[in-house]
Amino acid sequence: MEKNKYKQIVKKYTPKENRLFNGIIAFLVGGLMGVIGQLLLEMYAYFLDIPTTEAGTFMIITLIAIGALFTCFGFFDKMVNFCKAGLLIPITGFAHAMMSAALEYKREGLVTGIGANMFKLAGTVIIFGVASAYVFGLIRLIIFGG
Amino acid sequence: MTIKYNNVYINDVATVTGPYEKKGPLQGYFDKGYDDFYFGTKTWEQAEGKLIEDAIDILLSKIGKTRFDINLHISGDLLNQTVASNYASASLGIPYLGIYNACATSVEGIIIGANMVDKGQVQNCICSVSSHNNAAEKQFRYPVEYGGPKPKTTTFTTTGGAACFITSNSKGIKIESSTIGTVCDMGIKDAYHMGAVMAPAAAETIYKHLTETKREPGYYDLILTGDLGVYGKKILKEYMKVEYNINLKNYDDTATMIYDLDMQPVYAGGSGPACAPLVTYGYIFSKMQKKEIKRVLLVATGALMSTTMVNQKLSIPAVAHAISLEVIE
Repeated sequence: MEKNKYKQIVKKYTPKENRLFNGIIAFLVGGLMGVIGQLLLEMYAYFLDIPTTEAGTFMIITLIAIGALFTCFGFFDKMVNFCKAGLLIPITGFAHAMMSAALEYKREGLVTGIGANMFKLAGTVIIFGVASAYVFGLIRLIIFGG
Repeated sequence: MTIKYNNVYINDVATVTGPYEKKGPLQGYFDKGYDDFYFGTKTWEQAEGKLIEDAIDILLSKIGKTRFDINLHISGDLLNQTVASNYASASLGIPYLGIYNACATSVEGIIIGANMVDKGQVQNCICSVSSHNNAAEKQFRYPVEYGGPKPKTTTFTTTGGAACFITSNSKGIKIESSTIGTVCDMGIKDAYHMGAVMAPAAAETIYKHLTETKREPGYYDLILTGDLGVYGKKILKEYMKVEYNINLKNYDDTATMIYDLDMQPVYAGGSGPACAPLVTYGYIFSKMQKKEIKRVLLVATGALMSTTMVNQKLSIPAVAHAISLEVIE
């Protein structure tokens, strides 16, 4: 059989993913994450009496801690699997990626296991995050003058 | 290539499963089931070795022999360097052949063993396979605790170990013939759609077996593929119809039998080298012994997938091997 003809058969029997439903869930959960982040930020700023820039760092650390802790408890993967980009795109996704890799390789030693593999998934985010920050920073500098 | 055997029999079998298979619809048909993924070991890889050790222990006690009575042990699994088989065999002290054909390993092993027993090169042999869900996820996909979304066509690697004892004594199930498949690459690159990768290989092997033995599909009470899953099963049926004009009716796929597809989180069904033998040795053999079905063509399908080659944008080759199993009259 021709490869193209076969690809058509495969396409015929491959189920469609529920993109709209997934999108709505991710939109709602992602929005909720934003609300939670904002609440945390306001709370830190109000109760600790610190500027919002500093409260922002506190908020990010809190969300990372929650993401990492929930991953270790073993139920966050099921939440992420359902909410998809709603939990993966916020900072919780980053914490989840690092923590799950660390858990996976803990039996292979501190250096050769956790150290070497913790950034297996999250490393990509850092590399391209930093690289795109440079690119967009440069664009901003050229167009808006900084 | 189809090979006929005069006197080769699977005398006895043993099956060990993990928690999901233990709770599945075939739960009563397995010899032993674990409730966790470690089985008293420290890692998933070691746990997978334990599955083979357990299966062979159970098999030896069933046939009433010690490991010193066994001439040959043929074993394979999914892990890199087939470590589960290697480490399990290290404690056995039986002459050992380690093999790999992904999820077609079970039938590959039986074909090698059956040939050697048929020619009288060995008196008997044990063929074993294993797969472990978490160990496979770790090696081929993402960390187990990572909840990245998966498409509906994803299959769920079976946790289990299976072993069978092959001799020329007329007892158990007869291995009537075997067909060694060719590697087939239809250009599918989707590592989450293994059914589509393997269906053409299965179709080709079934067709070759039927033409070389001059049989109709109806000759068999059941034609059973390894782990195509819900969607791969449909693709295979369509492929057989379009390419060879064969209408498969008495057909099923072990991937869709081992789990409760509605209640268990297994997407398109089971996979892994242990999937086909667990269903066949456990469920199908008990049906054959009751003579509810008499002739079965078991076609184990293997996607010869490597994450390295998939990352290099190459398509995934697949292979399928078939054995014809018969009730002794």
